[in-house]
Amino acid sequence: MSKRSATVYWTGFAIILALLIVAPLVLPEFWRRFVTEILIWGLLAMSSDILIGYTGMVSFGHSAFFGLGMYGAAAALLMVRPPNLWLAIVYGLIGSAAIGLFVAYFSTRLRDIYFAITTLIFSQIFYVIIFTWTEVTGGENGLSFRRPPLAIPGLFSAPFTAETLHWFVLAVVTASYLILRRITQSPFGMVLQSIRENEPRTRAIGYAVERYKIVAVMLSALFAGLAGVLYAVQNRFAAPDFVYFLVSGETVIFNVMGGIGTLVGPIVGAGFFLLLREAFSRFFTEYYLIPVGIIFIAMVIFMPQGLLGFMRRWLNR
Amino acid sequence: MSPDPTPMQPLVAVEDVHTYYGKSHILHGVSLHVERGEVVGLIGRNGVGKSTTLKTIMGLVHPDRGKVLFAGNPITGLPAHKLARRGIGYVPEDRRIFRLLTVMENLRTGLDRNGVTEARKQELLDKAFAYFPVLAERRNQAGGTLSGGEQQMLAIARAMMLEPKIILLDEPTEGLMPRMVSQIRQIIDVLQREGVAILLVEQNVPLTLEASHRIYIMEKGTVRHHCAASDLKVDDAVIHQYLGV
Amino acid sequence: MGIEQILAAIPWETIIIQTVNGIVTGMILALIASGLTLIFGIMDVVNFAHGELFMLGAYIGVVVITTSGSFWLALVIATLVVALLGAALQITTLRPLLGRDPLTTILATFGISLVLQNYALWQFGPVARKIQEPFTGYFTLFYLEYPWYRLLIAALSAAIIGAFWLFLKYGKYGVWIRATTQDRVMAQAMGIPVPWVHTGAFAIGAGMAAASGVLFGPLVGVNHAMGLDWILKAFIVVVVGGMGSLGGSIAASIFISLLEAYASIWVSPAQEGIVSFVVLILTLLFRPTGLFVPTPK
Repeated sequence: MSKRSATVYWTGFAIILALLIVAPLVLPEFWRRFVTEILIWGLLAMSSDILIGYTGMVSFGHSAFFGLGMYGAAAALLMVRPPNLWLAIVYGLIGSAAIGLFVAYFSTRLRDIYFAITTLIFSQIFYVIIFTWTEVTGGENGLSFRRPPLAIPGLFSAPFTAETLHWFVLAVVTASYLILRRITQSPFGMVLQSIRENEPRTRAIGYAVERYKIVAVMLSALFAGLAGVLYAVQNRFAAPDFVYFLVSGETVIFNVMGGIGTLVGPIVGAGFFLLLREAFSRFFTEYYLIPVGIIFIAMVIFMPQGLLGFMRRWLNR
Repeated sequence: MSPDPTPMQPLVAVEDVHTYYGKSHILHGVSLHVERGEVVGLIGRNGVGKSTTLKTIMGLVHPDRGKVLFAGNPITGLPAHKLARRGIGYVPEDRRIFRLLTVMENLRTGLDRNGVTEARKQELLDKAFAYFPVLAERRNQAGGTLSGGEQQMLAIARAMMLEPKIILLDEPTEGLMPRMVSQIRQIIDVLQREGVAILLVEQNVPLTLEASHRIYIMEKGTVRHHCAASDLKVDDAVIHQYLGV
Repeated sequence: MGIEQILAAIPWETIIIQTVNGIVTGMILALIASGLTLIFGIMDVVNFAHGELFMLGAYIGVVVITTSGSFWLALVIATLVVALLGAALQITTLRPLLGRDPLTTILATFGISLVLQNYALWQFGPVARKIQEPFTGYFTLFYLEYPWYRLLIAALSAAIIGAFWLFLKYGKYGVWIRATTQDRVMAQAMGIPVPWVHTGAFAIGAGMAAASGVLFGPLVGVNHAMGLDWILKAFIVVVVGGMGSLGGSIAASIFISLLEAYASIWVSPAQEGIVSFVVLILTLLFRPTGLFVPTPK
């Protein structure tokens, strides 16, 4: 990035970050939670962008990664006393990584639509398993647990307040963004994008496309799982609803609305969607999806690059 | 056999056409024309844009700049199915017959148009089978089971079912045995006798020089040389320059 | 154990009953999957909204039966109305996307499915409706009173699929559809109005989904979410049967439905759904082009 663009970018970044830090101090509780939720869904959408926007692999399986992250955290928080935040994260990541491996395997053997449909069906498989395996997963009712304290063993331990929870989520999401940004701008990330542009040519040049895809899926799964952990910690329950394929669908909607291949776009997309939902719920109650769905379809047709798509080149330099 | 010197516009006119495939600039300002009933040859090395020129005329690819006219009317940007109905027939490289359809069904795709009576359809079919008896024999066989030469006949016969005023022939003799090549040569004559114009893209230079009235030579996406076929011999310097190895 | 004891332990009667059930469900699934395969084969569109077209067909059936009392009228009207709706949807939302990334059509149809589902929820409410069978009447199949109606559904589905197959093979527009499916570009070069063939095919697929909705209605409650389960199963069928192969999806439909019916003898309904998933995974591992298509060379 040229010096000047870099300054503009980081200034913008700093301003937004500052706003987000201040948010819980000035916003009423409802909106505070709203912003936190946008961040969490945004992280999920970002993870999905690695696949859709950078590697060109459309996946509807993110509900599985998210859900496993959520249930993994639940497992840690229910099985280990006292409830430990970091353990929850570890368990959650392991859970989503396991699924990630499974999906990654198939990702190398299937292309495009077949891959998309298969990931969709897989996320439904997990939904059915979680839904019916009541003894372990709590079935339809899910699992509820206590929120762990923010603790660094040996140093301090304090239960989360509304503000500190928000800041924790913000810290995790920001760190994830920075890490992912670094990765997408690295040589590895360039290869991913080259796979998206022209897979046969990338293979012909000599890259082991399969290996790159596997890593991309694993990365995506890990960060999606992390989002699941955050969600579990924020809401203190895990439910099969979040593993239902509609969640994957909504994630892809966030990506498209915000602009694929931009990393921040999906977060904006999540925010946009959730705001639309809020706004339309006032008038249409639970049928908000009718106007929001129509807007989405219109965006796919007329604005396929999404809200931030026009900034894609600039954001990725 | 020279074409009528007609005072009207040419049947097909391509004017300064630029076509892109994605970002690749394939045609850099191609201009040519074909008169009614003429056979025009288009030759050049592989990859210079001959097939793309045909596809542009057929409406399968739309030019970024330039115009295509058919009987004086602009047709640039019109979809291929409309052009087929107006009378442009297309026989692509690799034939591309419908492999899973029978020979009859392949022919039917060109016959089923508005304004054609059943009697006329039968006439056209009879004519096709008369010119290509082997197709009559195999009429209920799937297109994919035919040999290369038979598929080429089917591709040409299929285009003829459209009763076209011009047929765009893309490398019809490619991969065919000499016996079949001379059959193709005869078919070109037959078509020309019927008044159908032909724009012939070919790698087989002697055949093209023999069959055509006029020749265009293309290189790097544009026309470099244009003359009557009778003005060229196979070993001409011009031929060597643009087609030689 | 002796052979007679083993044979006696196998619940033959239940198996035969489940075979019948499997075939009935399989025919309905085949009707839904055929539409999906047709649409995918001809224009490479994965129609996410197919389940909702099924659902709307069932609801229109409810409305027509409540006003007119005739099941057969409901079947005809629902099919026609949804076919028209399908054509309208294809023209407005899918045509502009032709030639773009296939992802966009998946997204667009997914958006349509969300809108249609919620529209149905809005118009008809969350309580399931019922479609009355056109006639009641049972015959005794071993220890069960088996409704004639179920056999009728299977027969009608088979008839519709059969009629469709005949149309494809011998109808003038059937040839157009087949030519367009094989080679869209050359179909255009032969004067076939490919954009309209696409619209027509989508309409036919939609109509078939609606018909299965009405036929299936009396078996289950009609509610706004009924499309969701079927769409996933239909996708599995299409992949297992070989994407774009009509015969394959019909065979796969019956195969999977039979397996699920047999599985239901021993496991709970929610778990029998896993059967189709297992079949999918096995297919993807060992014969990814489809179980019922010849392996490509």
